[in-house]
Amino acid sequence: MESDVVIKVRGLRTQFGAQVIHDKLDLDIHRGQVVGVVGGSGTGKSVLLRTILGLNTPREGEIEVLGEDARRTADTVQQRTGVLFQNGALFSSLTVAENIQVPMREHLDLSRDLMDELAALKISMVGLPPDAGPKFPSELSGGMRKRAGLARALSLDPEILFLDEPTAGLDPIGAAAFDNLIAELQKGLGLTVFMVTHDLDSLSAICDSIAVLVDKRVRLGTMSEHMKDSHPWIQSYFHGPRARAALASRLVT
Amino acid sequence: MEQEPEWVESTGADGAVVLSANGPWTIGAVSTLDRRIKAVPLNGAQIAELDLSGITKLDTAGAWLLYRTRRDLLADGIDTRLKGLDTRYEPLLDLVEQADLAHPEIERVRPNALLSLLDRVGKSVCDAAEEGVNLLNFLGLTIVTMLRVIAKPRRMRVVSLVNQIEQTGLNAMGIVGLLLFLIGVVLAFQSAEQLRKFAAEILTADGLAILVLREIGVLIAAILIAGRSGSAFTAEIGMMKVNEEIDALRTTGVDPIEVLVLPRINALLLTLPLLTFFANVAALTGGTIMSVATLDVTYTQFVRQLADAMTLKNFIVGMVKAPVFAFLIGLVGCYEGLQVGGSAESIGRLTTKSVVESIVLVILADATFSIVFSYLGI
Repeated sequence: MESDVVIKVRGLRTQFGAQVIHDKLDLDIHRGQVVGVVGGSGTGKSVLLRTILGLNTPREGEIEVLGEDARRTADTVQQRTGVLFQNGALFSSLTVAENIQVPMREHLDLSRDLMDELAALKISMVGLPPDAGPKFPSELSGGMRKRAGLARALSLDPEILFLDEPTAGLDPIGAAAFDNLIAELQKGLGLTVFMVTHDLDSLSAICDSIAVLVDKRVRLGTMSEHMKDSHPWIQSYFHGPRARAALASRLVT
Repeated sequence: MEQEPEWVESTGADGAVVLSANGPWTIGAVSTLDRRIKAVPLNGAQIAELDLSGITKLDTAGAWLLYRTRRDLLADGIDTRLKGLDTRYEPLLDLVEQADLAHPEIERVRPNALLSLLDRVGKSVCDAAEEGVNLLNFLGLTIVTMLRVIAKPRRMRVVSLVNQIEQTGLNAMGIVGLLLFLIGVVLAFQSAEQLRKFAAEILTADGLAILVLREIGVLIAAILIAGRSGSAFTAEIGMMKVNEEIDALRTTGVDPIEVLVLPRINALLLTLPLLTFFANVAALTGGTIMSVATLDVTYTQFVRQLADAMTLKNFIVGMVKAPVFAFLIGLVGCYEGLQVGGSAESIGRLTTKSVVESIVLVILADATFSIVFSYLGI
């Protein structure tokens, strides 16, 4: 039986040329957690995500996702994780419904009717209109593309969902709806969510812990724990006017 | 060992059909479960009870099957009750229900195949006509801008012109030289084979000179440049369009035609004639080497014959075409680049289109030249 820790990173070092992005980075994420990853520009948030997904090879260190080494991109792990890339990364030659069915076709043997039903279900779940299914990604707006990307990420009902800036580029109403959707899915499916974000509203609304990338490492904690941290970057991040506004809105609701 | 997913039918106390779901109802199992559900007959039942207490694992795919089964049973007028679902899975079932209610079944209208074919043909004809008009418009715009720049030569962008000359001309010399040399070799070989039958091998030189100078040199050079530089124009300008650089230029008061289109077209106008000359030399060299090596003629004999056939008229007939082809290639390449829409996907499509269009236009223009020259008796 695998342990409760679904993502385990030990002593990670990533480096591009002479530039060290992460050094001796450790991280444990438990099943059912919603973790928001924050950090200044160039601190390697997306790089960390890509490294955990096995898209980047780290210089040193161990990464385990669902008990398997991330460097060996195991088929079983890919079936149990879903990824939403920053711009959706939808396959441009396929319709939205076909995009959602790609993982099903690749890994499962389902009948056409059932795949169509499931694709329609996912399209509705992520809040896209019913006529989005037969459309091509180029016919969708940015926000709709993100939703379609999420629908594809959820196609196989993954255990871990990786989101790269899911609310960037969405209007505040759309972003709030997206947060709600992720929170709802997380509760319903018991998902573990690993989310790179800059959106303080989503951080305070749906993340139960926050991983801050500073000094090439990660500091994991809740929002109130980070508020007490004396590190200057964390101080200015969580005590800035935007952070206060986001916190205040949470206290009100 | 994990339990197998199951869907079992039995009869309950009050005559109800009891359907029990057991095991993991997850996406890996839904294929089997779907077949099982459809295979269970429910003839004449009034009441159905779905016993879900045996479910060990549920995801949206499984929840969808449960929801759909209940929905379909209710629609058939069978009183259906759910029982025993683990409370932690209830939100999942609600989620699926909401999703289905939000999307009422949509009727998909499949259009008549013949009609849609007709529709596509009509649309592509109209598109082609519109494209032609737009290209003419762009031609006019370019010429007007060109005249304006000529009136004020200080507005000429010398640096980017030189840069474009390097990229479209100097850097193309290797490939143009190599390919034309080889084409010269092939031409000489093929015509010598035929002329040998008439013992007129020496006439290979005449054929070679006329073909290369009038047609092959300029045509192949233009086609190579269309593939090499025309496509680069579309991709470069298209990428700038996607990055909103063109819009940034406009808002700063800089005319994109002046800074992007003119240097490219002007560069081609200068380099394609030079490349054509170079191409002619390469092809004739290749032809000469091949002929001397395989035919029964000496180098001197062949070159004398060649020099007689290389009249100034033949040379000029070829060279006159070069600036026209250059203008066509530059115009189409830049035009298609500016047609790139908001997304990067269209760059690839338009680059292909630009190359195809410019090659078609080049060959059309070449045919027109041939007709005109034959009328004029040149």
